[in-house]
Amino acid sequence: MAQLKTEEMVLNMGPQHPSTHGVLRLQITTDGEVVVDAVPHIGYLHRCFEKHAENIDYPGIIPFADRMDYVASMNQEFGYVVAIEKLLGIEVPERVDYIRVIMAELNRIASHLVAFGTYGLDTGAFTPFLFAFRERERILDIFESACGARLLYNYMWIGGLSHDLPQGAEEAITEFLNYFEPKIKEYNDLLSYNRIFIKRTANVGILPADMAVSYAVSGPNLRGSGVRWDLRRDEPYSVYDRFEFDIPVGRGEQGTTGDCWDRYMVRIHEMEQSVGIIRQALAGLPDGDVSAAIPRRIRPPKSGDVYVRTETPKGELGYYIVANAEGSDVPWRVKIKSPCFVALSVLRDISRGAMVADMVAIVGSLDIVLGEIDR
Amino acid sequence: MTPEEICTRLKSAFDTQILEFRGDLLDPYVRVASSAICRISAFLRDEEDLLFDTVMCLSGVDYPPEHLTVVYHLYSIIRRHRIVLKTDLPRDCPRLSSVEGVWPAASWHEREAYDLLGIVFEGHSDLRRILLPDDWEGHPLRKDYSVPEFYNGMKIEV
Repeated sequence: MAQLKTEEMVLNMGPQHPSTHGVLRLQITTDGEVVVDAVPHIGYLHRCFEKHAENIDYPGIIPFADRMDYVASMNQEFGYVVAIEKLLGIEVPERVDYIRVIMAELNRIASHLVAFGTYGLDTGAFTPFLFAFRERERILDIFESACGARLLYNYMWIGGLSHDLPQGAEEAITEFLNYFEPKIKEYNDLLSYNRIFIKRTANVGILPADMAVSYAVSGPNLRGSGVRWDLRRDEPYSVYDRFEFDIPVGRGEQGTTGDCWDRYMVRIHEMEQSVGIIRQALAGLPDGDVSAAIPRRIRPPKSGDVYVRTETPKGELGYYIVANAEGSDVPWRVKIKSPCFVALSVLRDISRGAMVADMVAIVGSLDIVLGEIDR
Repeated sequence: MTPEEICTRLKSAFDTQILEFRGDLLDPYVRVASSAICRISAFLRDEEDLLFDTVMCLSGVDYPPEHLTVVYHLYSIIRRHRIVLKTDLPRDCPRLSSVEGVWPAASWHEREAYDLLGIVFEGHSDLRRILLPDDWEGHPLRKDYSVPEFYNGMKIEV
């Protein structure tokens, strides 16, 4: 008798798809409803950042760095200016460091709110999205009052900041924090412990800790697998070593350690921790001139390269900057190690055996931004 | 362990394959022979006192006219130390072994280095373009790259 054979079908999810968080194409081979293989194809948003960076002077690259992860631009700039200041040996005034931390943590909250809201949207819950974006509007208003832009700031300059905090900014930030802190409980009531959400995300897309480490996954994706590793505590930069905060990790509370629910919950807890960091930074904010250390003209080093990594909301962002041996104003090579690029490379291995609907949950839990992946 | 100590360990195991050590820079590095990269990587990952379990970044850099360089930034979460490896390749034939088998993280980084610089990683499971379209010609990050006039019959506006 002839063998009954189910044929495998190759589906395309994307590049235009509401749930792929950008222009991502997933080539999914399915056996019925079960995914046999999922190959990500990227490059639809490639804007030649690294090639541009070889033709633009050091301060001019900052707006380009903004545009990689456009949801968390402050953190992208932070990484870049810390790297250049290490390369050139520039020390910034304390006030600059404190304001940078405040801005970076506010942007971390904003980025996690996007992740939280869109993840709810992906799994079918429409209300949390509006709640998250309502909070995020208030953060963007604070940024707009500081530097004029809502999403792409060009705020952190080499050696300082473009503008000091405006009058009333500290009060506005404190008011926002007081308003925001009770909202996190609201989100947990709305989405996190919702039975349907748990059924869609627990025990789905399990990323074991050793696989996460060998794939160099970082950030909430790594911490969701139980590895307590955070650059702000383990390799502190700027003034992060002065603040007390916890590192939330996934514990398999609703399913298995390292599943989608764990990664999502780590982001919710991180928002709480960021509120604490901002309060401490505001309490200790020193006076000073934020443009005191900005060099009038960047004196580039004759040689040398540096690799500096910082903790962005998506994970560990690394800048490898090679100076031009002739001492030109323009770097020789700028390579960005993007945390979302690394996170997406693990997708193939964690989605085998999942169902097609689970693909959406897995991609959403990795919190990718294609701008950073493709650069 | 400091970079000097790591280099000493490497020298005792690989001797002539370790070409240079620059400990005086901001980021000290070890220059190694490209033919030994796979064995050196496995050694760095497996030795008890080294345990480099992750590659932070793998990049290619173009230094015309002599060579292309592949730079490996390695880190050990367990031992909390880091090291930078550099290896030079001739421009006309930039081939070396892939370290995908040692650190899966290298997989996509090597694809990107192939895509943008034309470095061929032998033994890679899936070496094809990652950021640029599959039928793109040329390797843009090379210093002597010039944008082609046409792509699939469409004129490229510069």
